[in-house]
Amino acid sequence: MTLDLLAQAAPDPGAVSTGEAVVFWILGPISLLGALGMVFARNAVHSALALVGTMFSLAIFYIVQQAPFLGFVQIIVYTGAIMMLFLFVLMLVGRDSSDSVVEVLRGQRLAALVFGLGLAVLLVAAVGRSLTSVTPKGLPADGPGYSGNVTGLGAKIFTDYLFAFELTSALLITAALGAMVLAYAQGKSHAKRGQRATVEARLRGEHDRISPLPGPGVYATGNSVAVPAVLPDGSIAPESISAIIDATPVREIEDEPGPDARALTGGRHDDTAEESR
Amino acid sequence: MTPTYYLLLSALLFSIGAVGVLVRRNAIVVFMCIELMLNAVNLSLVTFARINGQLDGQVMAFFVMVVAAAEVVVGLAIIMSIFRTRRTASIDDSNLLKY
Repeated sequence: MTLDLLAQAAPDPGAVSTGEAVVFWILGPISLLGALGMVFARNAVHSALALVGTMFSLAIFYIVQQAPFLGFVQIIVYTGAIMMLFLFVLMLVGRDSSDSVVEVLRGQRLAALVFGLGLAVLLVAAVGRSLTSVTPKGLPADGPGYSGNVTGLGAKIFTDYLFAFELTSALLITAALGAMVLAYAQGKSHAKRGQRATVEARLRGEHDRISPLPGPGVYATGNSVAVPAVLPDGSIAPESISAIIDATPVREIEDEPGPDARALTGGRHDDTAEESR
Repeated sequence: MTPTYYLLLSALLFSIGAVGVLVRRNAIVVFMCIELMLNAVNLSLVTFARINGQLDGQVMAFFVMVVAAAEVVVGLAIIMSIFRTRRTASIDDSNLLKY
């Protein structure tokens, strides 16, 4: 197992092994690239996929950093559930609505970039300065760092953090209810209209005409949909024929001789004729 | 190499997420940037748990994940209901609480 190897490779749990350094220097740039791609991709679906890449590398960081439970939860919950939820909503809502290039506030993008750079410099400088002399203890590989990770987390959650855990359950129920209330809003536009409402709307003039359209004419010589009905005064009812049929060009079939009946017999007849000849 | 590098990476990811929240106009992408910031904080929490030799940081990251899941569900529902009424997912167009 990978976890076994990782656990054996680091006898001192606080130190960073070579394998972990390799993982970090490969996945760190990938996660940074994913984050940058998410921010700067025009297409929202592309940014969602870039974010999936970032979250996946973060999950591997968790596993490498003696938090295997969190790593798998990250993969299952974040990249599996949350990002798929994002993609669902993207497909429903915002896929074709690409970002507007117009700046509503003038200079806002530049200010945001400056702010971001300043924040990054501040955080990096603070972290780099304050943590240079810290020697990491690390979680013991035979304890909460590897094999006892899940049991250790469970003991913490159900003893020290029990109240927070109960609050979390209340939060989850509230969120589920809230999502149902917000997303399942059966608005007036979706409500089905009854018979009386339809009749009243017709009489109010919301439709083009009160009655349904007349059907095509039915005569002794023909009852196709291309035959128009005749009004009581003998004129043709124009609404009885579909507009498509009316617009279709009609080709008169000329009185030409039909196909030769002998051609239907194929070559067999000719063969016998040649043999007899 | 020390675990501090993870903290630097998480600081960079957090800054990128903050810039994305400020720059992007699509509400869903703004939401994804918030998710990125939460993930960056999670990474630093896990790293702190490792540096400190205690599991408390991992428990906190776990709770952050739970809260993030709840927040995503409600936030996306709000975005969808705004899209129903306004036919837009851009945060510039939703400048009124009603109508």
